[in-house]
Amino acid sequence: MTRALTDHLVECRALGRRALVCYVTAGHPDPAASLRLLRELPAAGADVIELGVPFSDPLADGPVIQASSQRALEQGMTLDGALALVSEVRPSVPVVLFSYLNPLLAAGQQVLARAADAGVQGVLVTDLPVGMDPEREAWLGGGPLEFVRLVAPTTPLARMAEIAKHGSGFVYLISRLGVTGMQSQIAADLPRSLAELRSVCALPICVGFGISDAGQAREIGAMADGIVVGSALVKAADSSVDDALVLVRELRAALDSLAS
Amino acid sequence: MAAGDSDRFGAFGGRYVPETLVPALEALEVALAEALADPEFVTELDQVLQHYVGRPSLLTEAPRLSEEVGVTVWLKREDLNHTGAHKINNSYAQALLGKRMGKRRIIAETGAGQHGVATATACARLGLECVVYMGEEDMRRQQLNVFRMQLMGTTVVPVTSGTRTLKDATSEAIRDWVGTSTHSHYIIGSVVGPAPFPRMVRDFQAIIGREARAQMLARAGRLPTSVVACVGGGSNAMGIFHAFVDDQAVELIGVEAAGEGVESGRHAASLTKGVPGVLHGFLSYLLQDAHGQIHPAHSISAGLDYPGVGPEHAFLRDSGRATYVSVTDEAALAGFELLSRLEGIIPALETSHAVAWIAGARGRWSRDDAVLLCVSGRGDKDVSQVADLIAARAAGDT
Ligand SMILES: Cc1ncc(COP(=O)(O)O)c(C=O)c1O
Repeated sequence: MTRALTDHLVECRALGRRALVCYVTAGHPDPAASLRLLRELPAAGADVIELGVPFSDPLADGPVIQASSQRALEQGMTLDGALALVSEVRPSVPVVLFSYLNPLLAAGQQVLARAADAGVQGVLVTDLPVGMDPEREAWLGGGPLEFVRLVAPTTPLARMAEIAKHGSGFVYLISRLGVTGMQSQIAADLPRSLAELRSVCALPICVGFGISDAGQAREIGAMADGIVVGSALVKAADSSVDDALVLVRELRAALDSLAS
Repeated sequence: MAAGDSDRFGAFGGRYVPETLVPALEALEVALAEALADPEFVTELDQVLQHYVGRPSLLTEAPRLSEEVGVTVWLKREDLNHTGAHKINNSYAQALLGKRMGKRRIIAETGAGQHGVATATACARLGLECVVYMGEEDMRRQQLNVFRMQLMGTTVVPVTSGTRTLKDATSEAIRDWVGTSTHSHYIIGSVVGPAPFPRMVRDFQAIIGREARAQMLARAGRLPTSVVACVGGGSNAMGIFHAFVDDQAVELIGVEAAGEGVESGRHAASLTKGVPGVLHGFLSYLLQDAHGQIHPAHSISAGLDYPGVGPEHAFLRDSGRATYVSVTDEAALAGFELLSRLEGIIPALETSHAVAWIAGARGRWSRDDAVLLCVSGRGDKDVSQVADLIAARAAGDT
């Protein structure tokens, strides 16, 4: 396993740059737009691209990402299709594959090597929490990809430490209870979760779920090493790739206004 | 904090959920163990099962069906439970547990509406807020049950994503719980979902088999040759199988929905045609394509219309302890009519699959054998749908 993802984020931190992690669903709104996003997100300000593998039953996702997945699937997007997009573009920032477990299992043992060959650096699995399937976790974490793990607002401190120990790349802190989706307010207990996690975690911490505008980006960016924007970006991409890039530039500017 | 062996049945089961739910599932496991060790909880549940649900349910001999198939058939009458199906054994127990855990809000998913009705019933009696997710397609198929739930004060939320059936209702219920687990309990309706649900639901349904086993010994003076039950998620089947698993001579047969035929691509026979994978928090046989996308299930009966199956069934199948067969929509409809006509018992369309399989297996048993059939529910909810189907069939014949 290389440490390109961790190294990249640690370097951002050293430079005082808050990382902007951009989630897009592979093949959404269509394959051509998806290619353009992969190509242009880095210049617009993304430090990491999370590429969502569409799944028929995305139970951790709210309506926006559900709809994007369905639309991508209807157009024939698959895990290998997503890898082909990455391989064609070879984005200039690290790519993390964001998937449910089932499409990865169906793709077989070799999928991690195929992903690495395509230019993917990391993998994140929404429905495989730390400690729940040691054999498959060893597979995902012991291969060529950095295995990004999640911490939730309900996660107790001892478990945070366990997660931090098993994760690589960065730790994804879910900002609030619930599935993905935009919200207008930041969860009140986020600062506490973040401080707790910080006390047991040496990896960079990126906060996501519900971040949709520059104000929230600034507020959370002030506390975390980075932010993840998902639903808001997917929603913007629903209108056009340009709208999505405009949002990314706004978020970039907001984070840069914090740079020390 | 590794998931222990108790989370799995062989390779199947597990706890594949968003991180947010991990503490809720761990807390549920602890609360369940505490409740079961607390005589007060056990007594209260027992009293409710006796005096509200109406247990023990009857064991009824089916003389004319026995004549028809050439073997003595015994019916375990879960259709006689309050609300008309086995679902309430689990719903009430979990609602009681949720209340004990201090949860004021209950979430459930429903397909046929029987689990939703049973949960709404328990919540009404316990004074708990209840929200039931139901696919739009199922709401159409089971309008009466929607109204029943509403009468009891439950909010029925239509689910419009995906196939608009049980699969999507389950996803939506889980999404709700990811956001509300601090004050809500999710009552899953079958032996599916992340641990500890499959084992817990089985244990709450195992009363079916415990009673039936004792009743068979008392009434027939013997154990059954075969125990037969329909399998959707698999809760009535696990409920009746569990007490017989160690009786090696007793054959266990689960009947899945073959829909328009297992080769048609339109069926719900996950054990017959599925491939292992992960959905809704557990690893089991699933209907899915080569890319790991879940394939929509199809069945005439909303309660069997699910692309997965409880992990313990996957284990029993692979270990050879239980056998799984399947029955088409058309045969199930004939089973529905058969039990109605021969025994004066109108079974649920789900149960009708098991009836049809027994009817189709005549010649398989000798007259001295005994078959125990789990009548998982009554068919009142299905009567108008069946009337339409029979009319359509008659029109097609002419
Ligand atoms: C009467 C009846 N039988 C069977 C089922 C199928 O569920 P399970 O396989 O969990 O028993 C249902 C589900 O709604 C039902 O209502």
